[in-house]
Formats: sequence, structure tokens, C-alpha cells
Amino acid sequence: MDAFLHQVLAGLATGGIYASLALALVMIYQATHLVNFAQGEMAMFTTYLAWSLLNAGLPYWLAFFLTVLLGFVLGVLIERVVIRPVENAPVLAVVVVFIALLVILNSVTGWIYTYTIKPFPSPFPKEPLFGKYMSSHEAGAIGVTLVVLLLLYAFFRFTPLGLALRAAAQNPESARLVGIRVGWMLALGWGLAAAIGAVAGMMVAPIVYLDPNMMGGVLLYAFAAALVGGIDSPMGAVIGGFLVGVLENVLGAFVIGNELKLAVALVLIIGVLVVKPSGFFGKVHVTRV
Amino acid sequence: MAFLEAAALHASYGQTQVLHGISFAMEEGTITTLLGANGAGKTTTLRALCGMVRTEGEVRFGGVRIDGRATEDIVRLGIAHAPDGRGTFVNLSTEENLRLGAYVRRDRDLVEQDLERIYGYFPRLRERREQQAGTLSGGEQQMLAVSRALMLRPKLMLLDEPSFGLAPLLVRELFAILRAINQREQVSMLLVEQNAAMALDLADHAYLIETGRVVLAGSSTELKKNDAVRRSYLGY
Amino acid sequence: MKRNLLLIIVLLVVASALPFVLSNYRTFQATLVMVYAIALLGLNMLTGYNGQISLGHGAFYAIGAYCTAILMDRFGVPYWATLPVAGAVCLAAGFLFGLPALRLEGLYLALATFALGVSLPQLLKYHHLEKVTGGVQGIVIAKPEPPLGLPLNPDQWLYFFTLAVALAMFALAWNLLRGRIGRAMVAIRDQHIAAEAMGVNNALVKSLTFGVSAMYTGVAGALGAIAIQFVAPDSFNIFLSIVFLVGIVIGGLGSISGAIYGALFIQFVPNIADEISKAAPWAIFGVFMIGFVYLMPTGVAGAVRMALARLSRNAENR
Repeated sequence: MDAFLHQVLAGLATGGIYASLALALVMIYQATHLVNFAQGEMAMFTTYLAWSLLNAGLPYWLAFFLTVLLGFVLGVLIERVVIRPVENAPVLAVVVVFIALLVILNSVTGWIYTYTIKPFPSPFPKEPLFGKYMSSHEAGAIGVTLVVLLLLYAFFRFTPLGLALRAAAQNPESARLVGIRVGWMLALGWGLAAAIGAVAGMMVAPIVYLDPNMMGGVLLYAFAAALVGGIDSPMGAVIGGFLVGVLENVLGAFVIGNELKLAVALVLIIGVLVVKPSGFFGKVHVTRV
Repeated sequence: MAFLEAAALHASYGQTQVLHGISFAMEEGTITTLLGANGAGKTTTLRALCGMVRTEGEVRFGGVRIDGRATEDIVRLGIAHAPDGRGTFVNLSTEENLRLGAYVRRDRDLVEQDLERIYGYFPRLRERREQQAGTLSGGEQQMLAVSRALMLRPKLMLLDEPSFGLAPLLVRELFAILRAINQREQVSMLLVEQNAAMALDLADHAYLIETGRVVLAGSSTELKKNDAVRRSYLGY
Repeated sequence: MKRNLLLIIVLLVVASALPFVLSNYRTFQATLVMVYAIALLGLNMLTGYNGQISLGHGAFYAIGAYCTAILMDRFGVPYWATLPVAGAVCLAAGFLFGLPALRLEGLYLALATFALGVSLPQLLKYHHLEKVTGGVQGIVIAKPEPPLGLPLNPDQWLYFFTLAVALAMFALAWNLLRGRIGRAMVAIRDQHIAAEAMGVNNALVKSLTFGVSAMYTGVAGALGAIAIQFVAPDSFNIFLSIVFLVGIVIGGLGSISGAIYGALFIQFVPNIADEISKAAPWAIFGVFMIGFVYLMPTGVAGAVRMALARLSRNAENR
């Protein structure tokens, strides 16, 4: 029972990270109807930037916020410089651009920082908080995730800029008609998504250790979470993330062993998509003929 | 210098040319209507004014050229467009839709006042203010589209087929409100309509457009008496 | 039409001469280009012609490769006999995967196939299956010898063998895509509701397309295994699937020649990238990818088509 509880709680911690990345994926999807395959690598790259800042001697939380800011800028830059020129290209061509981004970020990071695995510090104390059930870092990660999600929710729901961003994502033409600069809204969306990714990366790095390939599996789980929740539902993405995290841990520890954990993601994705293609919280799209 | 002028507008969608040299003008404070059958190019003309479709030719607003400018900038000059298909933000609430209409305005207090005034014109919208806009009926969404345009406090309103899908009684109601707004608040209006009879009752001036060209122009009284218009568009 | 036939004959003559002019290593590379061309043709059928995105075709390539390796190494089956088996297995696997995937459109299908592509290497490494798959170490297979009497070295023989298979498969594809099934595939891609309304059995055509596309990639995998003489799980990771997708986009979607351009790109550009930067070759590869997409959004085949059209228009105007 103890072991089970531990797996569930650890699952919630990693689930929070999946939830954050899934949310970033959903945000970009809602705005552009494209899946940002490079989301994981962007998060990984910004985590390495954090590592550099920490190595230079900055205190943790200063490095943290600076990294989030840098992540935001990176997201905006990528949208303006790389994505904007291919806005009107066929979908698959844009997918290739995303993949190119993924590959470039991965390779450049490996080149600058080498592929040696590095430890990444956690800001939370070493002593476990709730006895043997959960490490402080895991609890802290859940906390940070929830704060980020709450801030985002408040931003979208209560600020005029958040409203404009939602409008631009849903209906760019109408948004232009009320004077919203849709191009800059897209860049803002990308910036936010990248910033979320930066937080996710810094929370997951202490667990899986810093390495250019660390986000591959995480991204797949985030995809699974976004789909399970419904690709156009932010709340669904969040719930999906926590669900996938818990399932991964519980199934990995007790049912199928750690070797096939990614295969679990596969079965999960296909299963959900066959049974409920729009996910649990997504909208069913009626196509008008 | 006319309030709004279009000179020799040509527009195409890809390979198909839709406007073949449209020219017209309107004075401040008036209501002008563009009439024509389906596919004549009326909607395209409005879109051309807003920079939503690439055009050749000139558009001047208050003497200043606006052709070639981005839609978002044209909005900031005081032109509000209630588009073809209403353009509702279906996943946002009614009130959020309205507030978006005032997105470019800086005067917070006046925006709140305007919101109240709009609810005064359209009490049904106040009833549905928290409701998701996509669940509103066709008529209500039409009112919402007009209201959203009004929230800009525009100098000029472009309305694309505001009568579309509305029962005649509702159209009369809506057009009466439009006339009131035009008179009380000095908002100029350019109306595109298929419903020629109602449009000619509301408007001061009219242009008839056929296959991308202006074929007739004049005051609405003149057009109402014109034989060709009567036969083809007014049905008697 | 006549011009095309002439072009193909010229290409064939040149192709047949290559192994005698090039070094063994270059002949081997040319063989791989043909292998990739077959794989890309398979993916192009699914994605370019039928509009179903797959980010997991590396998995079918792997299945074909492992079929060959296991049959040759564990059961002593001759190399040429493994091809139909690999094809049949992949046809079935593709069809079976295509069935539940029917309900998935665009993005969802991409993600499901992405998951397939990511998890297959894990499955291949699974220690319970090690006896068959050889686990992480993989399986080594023997190089086929040219049949008795022919004055060719093994690399040259393999080249011609692959060329023959490639020709057969391209001809088959050409026939298929020109005919009713091909038109049905394109109809589904462009207007699937109208297609269904006109009597096309969407479900059947889509699943069949998946199956045939998997078969092509599987046969390519088998040929690839024979050429490289080695299979191991890590050679067939998600990057392979990604590279295939890149190949058809850059080569040109919905075109048979696109498969060849794409194969040339994925075989040679990584080498060029490697020469430009030993430290971050994938980064350079990524830059090439972006460059091609910016300059030729419809792929090399599309660019070639436009250039030819412009040339013929100029000729007419004179």
C-alpha cells in the first residue's frame, strides 16, 4: 500500500510536469492548429541556459526567473523568425520545420554542453516532506506547476491581453476586425508556451538529470496527456497530464516493468483515440458538408 | 473631399477577378447601401475597404489613403466592420465579444458607459451577457455583431448583410436602431444588402453593383423609382 | 508521354552502368538510395496521395528488416525469399494498424504513429523477446553472393538485385496510383466526405493504403538489412521515421519522382552536413531542411515541375 501511494504521489509530481508541457502544446495548437514537435527541445535548451546561469554563481530563484524570461524571448524569436515565414506553407512542410527546430536545438545543445549527463539542483530541501511518500522536490514541483497554471488561468480569464490572445487564437480574422495585432499575439502565445516549457524543464531536470535527450520521453507523455484531455482543451491537458503521470508510474512499477513504459503511452494514445477521439474534455467537431 | 471614397477598385481571389473597377463615395453622417445579387462583389468591396483582400485602386478615408494598410491599422482609424457571417467569437461570452469591440480604445470609463448603452438598445444581449456567444440564435448573433462594431465608437460602420437570416420583424427592429444610432451618434454607415427593399428604406444613397461593377448610383428615392431596380430587385 | 519514356530509358542505362564505374562503397551508397526510394514511395503513397500522416514508418522498415534478419539467421532462408515474407508481414501489420487508425485524422494519426515509431525500439530491446530479436546487440547476417556464373562482385550483384526489385515496385505503384484505387486515394485526401458520398469505401481504401504503404517500406527495410548486413533496435528509432517524413516532403509529396529526390537527400545530405560540422551535424541537417522548405515548399519534384513548365512556356512563346 505504501509503495502504491508513493508511486501515485511521484506520479502526480511528474504528472504536473507533463501537464505543463501539455498545456504549452495545447496553447500553440489552439492558436495555430499545429503541434509544436520542438516543445520538448525548447524546454531542454532553456534548462541548459539555467544550468549556465547557476554555474556562473547566480542564486537559484534569480536564475529561475531569468530563465523563464529567456525562454519567453526564445519562444517569441522562434515564432517571428522561423515559423512566420512558413505560415502559409502546406501543413507537412511546417511539420518539417518543427522537426528541423527539434533537431537543431538538440544538436546545438549537445555541441555546446556535450552529452555528458549533468546533475541539476532542486531549490527544495533534501529532507522528505511527507515522510516516505514524497520527496520535497516532488511536492515542490507540484506546487510550482499549480502556481504556473493558476497564473496562466488568471491571465487568460481576467486580463484584456489574455482575452485578446484567446480571440486571436480562435478567430484571427475577427480579431483583426477589432484591431488585435494577430501576428504579435501568436508570438506572445509562443513566448508563453516556451516560458511554461522552461519551468517544466527546470522541474524535471533534478529527477531525470540534465542531458540533451532528456525531454524525448517527457514530450511523448505530454502528447498523450494533451490527447487524452482533448487537444483543444487547456483544462483537459492539465488533468490529462496528472493522469498520465500517475498511470505511467503505477503501471511501470506494478504491471509492465519500466522497460515498456513508452509502449504504455502508445497503447494509451491509440486506445483513447479509438474510443474517444476528441479526448475527455475536448469538443466534438461537427463537420458541415 | 468626401468622407469615404473608393476609386477604381480591382480585387481578385487567386485567379478569379471579382471587382472590375468599383468607384463610389459617401458623405459623413449618411447611410449608404451597396445593392446587388449574390456574387456581385458587395462583400468583396467591404473587405477591400478593410484591407482584408488585396486590391488595386485607391481608398481614401477622410482624405487619407488607407488602401494597402493592415486591417488592424484601419480599425484604429475608426472603421468598424460587422462582417459576412457575423464573425462571432463563438467560444467567448457575449460580454467578452462586446469588450473586444473596444479593444483599441483607451478610455475605460466611456467603454463601460457604451456597454450599458448597447445593452439599452439590445436588452436581449444583456440577458445573455455571460452566455457563450456560439449558443446565441442567429438574430442575437447579428445584434452582437452590430453591437461589437458599435463598441469601437466608430466614425464609419461597415455592415455586411445585417438582415441575413433574420425574420422581417427583427430586421425592421434592427434597422430602426441603426437609423437611431446614425442620427443620435453621427455614425456613418455603409451597408451591403441583398434585401433591397429594406435597405433602400434605411439608406440615404445607394449603389447597384453587378458582376463587380457599379451600374447605377443615386439617392435611395431615385433607385426605388428606377424601373430596372424595381423589376429585378424589388419584385414589382 | 514519349518524352517521359525516353527519360526513363536513359536513366535505366545510366543506372545500369553505375556499378561498373563507381567504387564498391559508392555502389553500396547507390543501393541504399534505391532502398530509401522504395521506403519513401511507400510513405508517399500514404501521406502524399492519401493524406494520412505517418510519423512511424520507421517501425515498418524495422519490421521488414527484422523479418529478413530472423529468417536468414535463425531459419536459414535465402535472402531473396525473405522479401515476400517481409512484404506480407508488413502488409498485414499496416492494414491492422490502419483499421483503428481510420477514425483518426491528421494530427491524431500523426501522434498515434509517432508513438508507434518511438516504442518499437523499446519492444525490440525487450529482454523477454531477446532470443528472437537478439536484444540490444541485434543480428548480423551474411552478405549474399551473386548467383553462379555472373562476373559481378557481391556489392554489384546486390545493386542490380535491388534495382530490379525497385523497378518492379515503382512500376506496380505507378499502375496502382493511375488506376481507380489511386484516384480513390486522392479523392479521400482532398474531399473525403464527397468521396464517401460518391461510393468510395473510405474505410477499406484507407486501411488498404496503410497496408500497401507499410508493405513497401517493409520490403525496403528487408533490402536495407541485406545491404547493411546488420539489424539492431537503435538503428530504427524515431529519427528514422522523422527522416522518412522529411524525405518525402523535401522530395515532393504526391509524386513518384519525389521518392527518388527524397532518397538522394536523406542519403547524401547528412554526409555533407557531417563534413561541414563534425560537432553538430544534425544541426546543419536541420538548417538544410528549413532551407529546402523555405525555397521549395512543394518539394524538389514540385520545383522541377514548375521549372519545366516555365521552360516549355518560354519555348512556346518564341
